[in-house]
Amino acid sequence: MKRRLLFIGTGAMLATLLLAAPALAQEGMTADAVQATLDNIWVLIAAVLVIFMQAGFALVEAGLTRAKSVANIMMKNLMDFAAGVLAFAFTGFAIAFGSGNGFMGTEGWFLNTNHFSDGYFGTLSLPTFFIFQVAFAATAATIVSGAMAERTKFKSYFVYSFVITALIYPIVVHWVWGGGWLSTLSTPMTDFAGSTVVHSVGGWAALMGAIILGPRIGKYDKDGKPRAIPGHSIPFAIIGVFILFIGWFGFNPGSELAADSAVSAIALTTLIAGAAGAVSATITVWLKTGFPDVAMAGNGVLAGLVGITAGTAAVSPWGAFIIGALAGILVVFSVFFIDGVGVDDPVGAISVHGVCGAFGTLMVGFLATDGGLFYGDGFALLGSQILGVVSVFVFVTITTGALFYALKATIGLRVPAEEEIEGLDVVEHGAPGYGIDTTALA
Amino acid sequence: MKLVTAVIKPHKVDEVKDALRAIGVKGITITEVKGFGRQGGHTETYRGAEYTVEFTPKVKLEVIVEEADTAAVTDVIQTTASTGQIGDGKIWVTPVEGLTRIRTGEQGKDAI
Repeated sequence: MKRRLLFIGTGAMLATLLLAAPALAQEGMTADAVQATLDNIWVLIAAVLVIFMQAGFALVEAGLTRAKSVANIMMKNLMDFAAGVLAFAFTGFAIAFGSGNGFMGTEGWFLNTNHFSDGYFGTLSLPTFFIFQVAFAATAATIVSGAMAERTKFKSYFVYSFVITALIYPIVVHWVWGGGWLSTLSTPMTDFAGSTVVHSVGGWAALMGAIILGPRIGKYDKDGKPRAIPGHSIPFAIIGVFILFIGWFGFNPGSELAADSAVSAIALTTLIAGAAGAVSATITVWLKTGFPDVAMAGNGVLAGLVGITAGTAAVSPWGAFIIGALAGILVVFSVFFIDGVGVDDPVGAISVHGVCGAFGTLMVGFLATDGGLFYGDGFALLGSQILGVVSVFVFVTITTGALFYALKATIGLRVPAEEEIEGLDVVEHGAPGYGIDTTALA
Repeated sequence: MKLVTAVIKPHKVDEVKDALRAIGVKGITITEVKGFGRQGGHTETYRGAEYTVEFTPKVKLEVIVEEADTAAVTDVIQTTASTGQIGDGKIWVTPVEGLTRIRTGEQGKDAI
């Protein structure tokens, strides 16, 4: 109780200092006004944590790919965020959250304050809500970069970044979070923080990108057997995983969209699932290959986190453990499977985000303490979860498939073979990512 | 015995290795090197400003062969590593006076 009072006190002080709105700073500030301020501050902090995840993605992807294309992958991570912010502000946000029909929003373009008037997002202001949501849009966009690493033309990736955040991702958001058809089912689909809405969208887009691009040169031998192409920095990859883990405490608890008592419970399920994913993936890969593979353990953390994201507010800590542990096992088999069918995903993005995102969303139908099959509440929720997962898969694979084919037919999707072998950095961006002085010598 | 040394474009290494294996070459040593020839250096661009890379990355490949195989090995390297572009590199052959396999102490041709 004391701690809670302290928390509220500190929050109120921060509120006064940060916002310094004269009306709020006056004596006699109502409890509602304090709560609204706390809500806004917490969600803004959570938004910053989610934006920090971009750094995690950048490091994971750089670490798990080769040094000769490191500048390219950093550039893709930087630009899909920047392009995503602009595209989501211009059109994406209106499609996702504006009034419209069950399929998409049709009002509120360019963050129109007449449409998104005060109270539209409850206690949250338009800036707070937008910054939080745009961080999610950029997350969905950046997932694809790793799966298409080391062989994609930067120009094409740049165009893709705008299209997914301007149009494709926002439509799915509208379905689930913006009052669209999946949220108005008699039992609405539950995807609290976006296992499907964010991660599966990114994962399925990554799947289409990797298929249409084809594998990196040297990934498969003459008989089609997959060969490992080790990444150039495990330290990068694991620091990236830690940054993502930290960012997830904004991603999930922030999705409560309020500073209330549910936040810490959500943080707990997030933490447990991430840890369970790490342990179960490590044991799985250890038994399967004889080594506790470091990169796969990193994938396990992310698999657990992606898995719990849909049900983070709906399951018990035990439910979180089960989801995280199963996601960690699933990701190992999925990575081997996708490798085996000839789809080259250098960082495992399809498995982590697409497969484990879908899996976590389905598990809510079993493990939600209110509505889950295992809690005796029947099949209604599970049915909605299945419908959501399948319809998002179909929509995203068709739209991103069309997008990547269109890019392939126009500006081209893949760099020439010689450029791929030399590395993308010098040819696409003018200079290598490492060691200009050692190559220049004189 | 002869030492065949070739300086080739880095992206051709795998192809040359496979081609040499296919004609029975048992071992190759490669080194990452930098240099310039008729190609000279090239310019790269960093934050909008150009700079010259005087020494271009290449791979030096060394293979010791019996005298009778020299022409075949040289030929395979030349045809496989050639792109027709400037900067494809060079091959030279030098005599080898002695050769010992460290593990067994075998001498001469037996050590190839």
